[in-house]
Amino acid sequence: MIRTEEMLLNVGPQHPSTHGVFRLILKIDGEIIKEATPVIGYLHRGTEKIAEDLQYTQIIPYTDRMDYLSAMTNNYVLCHAVETMIELEVPERAEYLRVLAMELGRIASHLVWYGTYLLDIGATSPFLYAFRDREHIINLLNELSGGRLTFNYMRIGGVKWDAPEGWIEKVKNFVPYMREQIEGYHELVTGNEIFKERAKGIGTYTKEDAIAHSLSGANLRCTGVNYDIRKVEPYSIYDRFDFQVVTREEGDAWARYECRMQEMEESLKIVEQAVEQFPESGPVLGKVPRIIRPPKGEAYVRIESPRGEIGCYIASDGKKEPYRLKFRRPSFYNLQILPKLLKGENMANLVAILGGVDIVLGEVDG
Amino acid sequence: MSNEEKDLEDLQKKKDLEAQSDQPSSQTSELKSDASTEPDARNEANQNPPTDTNKEMQDQSTNDSPTSKTEQEGATEPSHTSTTKSSKKPNEEPTSASSKDETNTEKTTAKKSDAQIDAQSDEKPERPKRPPRKRKKKDEEPKEEAPSPKQPQLESFVQVIEEHLGKNVLAENYINRLSKHIPTIVAKPEHYFQLAKFLKEHEELAFTYLSDIHGVDYETHMEVYVHLYSLTKNHSIALKVKVDRDNPTIDSLTPIWEGANWPESETYDLLGIQFTGHPDLKRILLGEDWKGHPLRKDYEPYDVEV
Repeated sequence: MIRTEEMLLNVGPQHPSTHGVFRLILKIDGEIIKEATPVIGYLHRGTEKIAEDLQYTQIIPYTDRMDYLSAMTNNYVLCHAVETMIELEVPERAEYLRVLAMELGRIASHLVWYGTYLLDIGATSPFLYAFRDREHIINLLNELSGGRLTFNYMRIGGVKWDAPEGWIEKVKNFVPYMREQIEGYHELVTGNEIFKERAKGIGTYTKEDAIAHSLSGANLRCTGVNYDIRKVEPYSIYDRFDFQVVTREEGDAWARYECRMQEMEESLKIVEQAVEQFPESGPVLGKVPRIIRPPKGEAYVRIESPRGEIGCYIASDGKKEPYRLKFRRPSFYNLQILPKLLKGENMANLVAILGGVDIVLGEVDG
Repeated sequence: MSNEEKDLEDLQKKKDLEAQSDQPSSQTSELKSDASTEPDARNEANQNPPTDTNKEMQDQSTNDSPTSKTEQEGATEPSHTSTTKSSKKPNEEPTSASSKDETNTEKTTAKKSDAQIDAQSDEKPERPKRPPRKRKKKDEEPKEEAPSPKQPQLESFVQVIEEHLGKNVLAENYINRLSKHIPTIVAKPEHYFQLAKFLKEHEELAFTYLSDIHGVDYETHMEVYVHLYSLTKNHSIALKVKVDRDNPTIDSLTPIWEGANWPESETYDLLGIQFTGHPDLKRILLGEDWKGHPLRKDYEPYDVEV
C-alpha cells in the first residue's frame, strides 16, 4: 500500500483564482481536501474607523472602494441610511437615475462574475465576451458619473449630476443588444457538457444551512428561498417595476449559475421599464442642508447588491460625523460557509466553488 | 448660458459695490456692506459665525421678494456641488449667492420710482428685530408624534416574550423611529442568549435569519446590536445588549446562528468584546499579533505621525 501523508498547502494571498488577496490554508490528503481555513484581512483598510472623522458626503468615495465591482449599490446604501434617518424625500428623476445606475451596475457585476468564473473553470472565450459587453455598460456609467469603476455618484438626497443629453437613448438601445448577447452566452456555455459536469452537484448546501449561515443574494436563492430585498422591503422606487425573483431548488453551483444569468435578464427588464417611465425633467438633488446632521439615534438599512444583502448601520450623536458606521458586507457573510463546503472535495473543485460564491475581497475585508 | 451672464453681471456689481463702500474687499466686509440696507441682519452678521450668517442671508433673501427666490434655488446648487470640495469654497460661494441676492434687489430698487424707494426703505426699519436664530432642535419633535405603525407589532413581541420567559428578561423595548420604525428590544446580559434562542425557535416569532451583529463603543459601556429577520413572517427586530466596557464579555450567538461566527470575531478584533462559547474567537481582520482594539474610542495607534 502507498503511505500517504497530509500536506499543508497554502493557496496564498497572491493567486490568480482567489479573486483578490485571499488566503486559504488547506490540509490535503492527495487530492482530497480535509480541512480548509480561510485567512482574510489582507485588504482591511479601516473604512469604519476612518468614517468616524468624516462628514457623510465625504464617506461616499470610501464606499465605492468596498465592493468595487458594484460601486453604485454601495453608494446607495450609505445615502439611503442617512436619508432614512433625516426622512428626506428624494426627487423623482433622481430616483430613476439611481435605479438605472444600480441595475446597470448589477449587470456589469454579474458579467464580471460570469467571465471570471468560467475562466477559473477553464474556458477563456466567455471572459472576453463578458468584458466586451461590460465595456458598454462602463461607458454608459462613465458618461453619467465620470468614473468607470468607482463612481462617487450618489449624494444624500439624490445624485450628483443629471444624465447628459442622449444618455437615455443609449440606455434604451443597449437593452435589446444585451438581450441578444445573453442569449449568446447561454448558447456558448449553458449546454456545454464539460461545464455541466463541473457545476452540477458541486458545492451543494441545504436551505437550512444557507439560512443558518446568513447567506444572501444568489447564494440563498439557489436553495429555493424567495428572499430579495427589492421585493421584501422595497426601497427607492422598486415597487413600481415588474420583475421576478429568481430561485432554483438544487443549491449547487449550477443553480447559482442559472440564478445569476436569469438575474441579468430581470435587471434588463427593470432598466427597460425605468427608461420608459423616466421623467422628462426635474431636480436631481433634494433640499438638503449643506452640512447634514442626522438626529441622535441609530439606523440600520439594507438593500440588495449583486452579491447579496448589503446593510449600513449608522449611530449618530447629532454631529456631522457618524459616531459609528458599520457596513454589513455580503461577501463577508457568504464566505463563512466555505470551510464547510470544501471538506472532502477535490482540489479541482476548490476554484469552482470559490468562484461560485462570488466574493469581492474589498468587501470581505472592508 | 443665462447663469454665466448673470454671474458676469454680478461680478461687475460686486466690484461696483466695493468701489462705493470704500472698504477692504474681504468676505466679512462684503457681508457688512450688503447688510447695510437691513439693520437687523448686520447685528446678527457680526455676532454669529459665518455659516449661520450665510444661512440667515439666504433665509432673509427668501423673505425679501419673489425675485430672490429663484436666486435662492440657483444658490443652493453651487452650495451642493461644494459639499465635497474643500472648506474654503462653501464660505465663498454662499457669499457670492447672497451678494447676488442683495445686488439684484438693489438693482430693482434703482429702477423703481422715488416713492416706491421711500416706501421700501420705510418698510425695512419697521420690521421687528428678529431674535437670534436657533437651530431647530430635533429632540423636541417626538413629543407631538403620532403612535408608530409598528407599535402593535412591538407589543405583541413583548407579550410573547414575557409570557414565556418572564418579565425581567428585557431591560427596555421601544420603536426606533429613525430606522424605519423597527421594534427594538434591549436584553439584560444574563438573559441575552436565552432570549435570542427563544426568538429563533418560537413559531410566532421565528427569527431564523441573522442579518447583522456588531458592536458599538459608547464611552461608558459597549453595546452589541443584532438585527434579526424572519423569512416566514416577514418581520424584523433589533436586539441590543449593553456590555460592561472594562471587561466586555457576553454570550456568543454562534450556537444558534452559525452565521454569527465571523462577525463576532470581527467585533472581538476591532472592539475587544469577548464572546463566550464562540468556537474559534480570534483576530480575523487584523494581524494575529496586533495589540489593541482599533475601533475603540480611546485607541492610540503606535505610529501617530501616520
